[in-house]
Amino acid sequence: MNNKTYSRRSFLKALGLGTAAAAAPAMVSCATGEKETTTAQLQEPPVGKMTYRTNPKTGDKISLLGYGMMRLPTLEGSSAREEQEAEIDQEMVNRQVDYAIKHGVNYFDTSPAYCRGRSEHATGIALARHKRDEFFIATKLSNFAPETHSREASIEMFQNSLKELQVDYIDYMLLHSIGGGEDAMAEFEERYITNGILDYLVEQREKGIIKNLGFSYHGDIAIFDHALKMQDEGKIKWDFVQIELNYLDWKYANEINDSNTDAEYLYAELVKRNLPAVIMEPLLGGRLANLPEPLAAKLLRRDPEHSVASWAFRYAGTFPGVLTVLSGMTRMEHLKENLSTYCPLKPLTDEEMRFLESVASEYVSYNIIPCNDCKYCMPCPYGINIPAIFVHYNKCLTEGNVPREVGQPDYREARRAFLIGYDRSVPKLRQADHCIGCGQCEPHCPQRIRIPQELHRISRYVEALKRDHDEQLRQTVPALPDDE
Amino acid sequence: MRLHNIRASLAVVFFTLITALLLDFTGTLHHWLGWMAKIQFLPAVLALNVVVIIALVVLTLVFGRIYCSVICPLGVMQDIISHIGGWRKKNRFTHSPALTWLRLAMLAVMVVAIVAGIGSLVALLAPYSSYGRIVNNLLQPFYLWGNNALAAIAEHYGSYAFYGREVWFKSLPTFIIALVTFVAIAVLAWRGGRTYCNTICPVGTVLGYLSKFSLLKIQFDTDKCKNCSLCTKNCKASCIDYKSHTVDYTRCVACGNCLESCKFGALSYGLAKKSRQADTSQKTTDTARRAFLMGGAIVAADTALAQAGKKVDGGLAVIEDKAVPRRKQPLTPPGSISAKNMAQHCTACQLCVAQCPNDVLRPSGNLLTLMQPTMSYERGYCRPECNRCSQVCPAGAIKPIGLDDKSAIQIGHAVWVKENCVVLNDGVACGNCARHCPSGAIMMVPSNPDDDLSPMVPAVDAAKCIGCGACEYVCPARPLGAIYVEGHEVHKII
Repeated sequence: MNNKTYSRRSFLKALGLGTAAAAAPAMVSCATGEKETTTAQLQEPPVGKMTYRTNPKTGDKISLLGYGMMRLPTLEGSSAREEQEAEIDQEMVNRQVDYAIKHGVNYFDTSPAYCRGRSEHATGIALARHKRDEFFIATKLSNFAPETHSREASIEMFQNSLKELQVDYIDYMLLHSIGGGEDAMAEFEERYITNGILDYLVEQREKGIIKNLGFSYHGDIAIFDHALKMQDEGKIKWDFVQIELNYLDWKYANEINDSNTDAEYLYAELVKRNLPAVIMEPLLGGRLANLPEPLAAKLLRRDPEHSVASWAFRYAGTFPGVLTVLSGMTRMEHLKENLSTYCPLKPLTDEEMRFLESVASEYVSYNIIPCNDCKYCMPCPYGINIPAIFVHYNKCLTEGNVPREVGQPDYREARRAFLIGYDRSVPKLRQADHCIGCGQCEPHCPQRIRIPQELHRISRYVEALKRDHDEQLRQTVPALPDDE
Repeated sequence: MRLHNIRASLAVVFFTLITALLLDFTGTLHHWLGWMAKIQFLPAVLALNVVVIIALVVLTLVFGRIYCSVICPLGVMQDIISHIGGWRKKNRFTHSPALTWLRLAMLAVMVVAIVAGIGSLVALLAPYSSYGRIVNNLLQPFYLWGNNALAAIAEHYGSYAFYGREVWFKSLPTFIIALVTFVAIAVLAWRGGRTYCNTICPVGTVLGYLSKFSLLKIQFDTDKCKNCSLCTKNCKASCIDYKSHTVDYTRCVACGNCLESCKFGALSYGLAKKSRQADTSQKTTDTARRAFLMGGAIVAADTALAQAGKKVDGGLAVIEDKAVPRRKQPLTPPGSISAKNMAQHCTACQLCVAQCPNDVLRPSGNLLTLMQPTMSYERGYCRPECNRCSQVCPAGAIKPIGLDDKSAIQIGHAVWVKENCVVLNDGVACGNCARHCPSGAIMMVPSNPDDDLSPMVPAVDAAKCIGCGACEYVCPARPLGAIYVEGHEVHKII
């Protein structure tokens, strides 16, 4: 028994040291978008109609739709993000990339961390079949794991990106996801400053191996402010910044979680400095494509011919300071649909903006857990499948299967859907009741979700459902807007 | 009129329904069919269910042993096997003398076992329970796999009509016993029809001697009989001697096959006439020896539980299987009153095991209580909203209790095992046991009494603990948990 305990302890130790190399890919993301976009009417998008934005520094014309290479298709028909073991369907990647380029997409965003390290390789293969001046490539210095913090390891990572992508220069290079970690400032310093990597990247820019240097940001606002202050103080010149922006995060990022920052602030700070913004999470990990039914109905009633997701893309594209909007398009349908939205972009009117704002304020009242299923929190050392639990809970919320009263008319059906669905999507021993609340996951969450607290609440809710305990049901799930 | 047809149809209906009851895991069928288990003879005797006992005695005194032909699923199972065996060869039975000494010896063993409270022996000889074990061990896994296939299809179509159930190996000794019982009885039935019922089965012996005095019996009309021997050759109980025109009523199960076989109308089922039959006891035939071997099936020793293989999924930490803690006193479910009551009443039919939705109940591996249910909490715990085992038990081993009663029955108490606790070993905050305790019996206290800021560890207020095992189930320490439930010999209402 002792050596068994040891095996777990040593595992924890490895985790404490940081993320094990093998786990790193799963922990990393940042860019790119969306899981399943619901496809409305699928018409062939027109060629030659793409909306472009200009990079103020280089004058590059960047397509408003950027291709996120994080959720590449696999031979098993899923995305490489869901099926981490599955092999990437290179032929499909090639076809989709060809199709995208034909329709004017020229920005491709990847990272050494995506698809367990295979994204850059696959992207390189697909793009090598095109002329180098037909596309811009964005990749990141994803030195999350502590063993990659050293100068040598980080430089090796950068050099490897060039090799995998089969290019001799990178158009857009990012510091990957600054603002994360338990002590975000310390982590930022360790990953980029004390090891001299930022200086190294600036050197590469001077040599022309990097054309544009920027960073992607999640989490602690102090780091975002700090990075911009470095520019204000003349210590560095950023060429672009990648932020999360969508109609929910615009005003409600902070309301959903008070340690998050509204996109309104982030965007304004960039505009002030004339820094172009690259947009990630335009669909909030797919949540804005899967709205609660009454909200989806509102959008569809206004525009029955376009998908719920298309509203979110139009929203992100409407901001003039946005250089490109990233979407991780696993399937050809996603690509076609997004192309239709941006070929060309029909900017939202002021009235439509206000309409989406009202949708956002209503959405907030659903108390959907702001999990984008990025899996940064995983693996939980105690085996809990955190994102799967949140995804199931959110799915039930949007489908109206989170009953609040034993007496409500659809109680039996909703209860059955919630409980059976729960067992189907999460094995028993990985469910919320096994969360011990050690809190090791929490610092890793880019959305700053209070993970143990939410898991315990869901556990209490499940308990109440199983026991048909009216009072506890009401205590564990906040009221929906129409209940009041 | 056509006794055979009526009997056969009834038998098929009873057999099908009781099999369904034993297979069901959803807890719905017992509302409708629970009575079928409760009218089984031995469970009714052990439950002191006077109404059922009297009814069965009266039934037998009127119609003979039709209980064995219709109600007892093990009997019907043998008829089915024997019937299939008959396809290959017609008219294959012969008259054989009764093995009275063996029957009485087995009955004596049973009575002694019941009185002495040797549950495992009672369970081994109980016919309905043998069938229950056969269904539970040999048939239910296929039923569950079938269900899981349906659940997978339902999931594919986004339907919640079916839900999956894990199929796991609950006990090796019980499985072996069920398998051996089935093979032995099947072989005996294939060759000789009702050999088991008329040599081993103590219920058959009791009802057999009762049916000697039954009102309705198979009768010979010696005037019509041409001594063609077809009745004897078609008697699966081997109880008709066509030469002497006698029927051994202790072995006749009133199946009516002989009536069908007689071309001359020499046999009838009707009011008993005064007659005497010869009771011949001669040499031990080899069927009897085979039957004896079967009786020795209780050789399987206490074998470790084989755990199912682990699953490893990409970005998820491996969860080590939990080990079954060694409890000084095994746990018995709420309603069973005491270990003694369980041992004395349970016939190990596995109905409760099949029903348990939380995978808590499993057959015991202890020699004295072999195959009787015991509890452990690796896969779930005894949830407050469930009292199914107490509702289905036909033998009074688990008495019916309401949900309110259940929350107040103390079947054991939790014990903290300091050296396994993750709070001290991994240096993490936990308290999962306290968080899930439904009776508020666990408090978190500083591990160092003098330092309020020291890591918080659980302390159990044993007086409040009901032994449901929620703490044991959710404890993250593996393979042995840091908190487990120690059983109480006699349950207590708190």
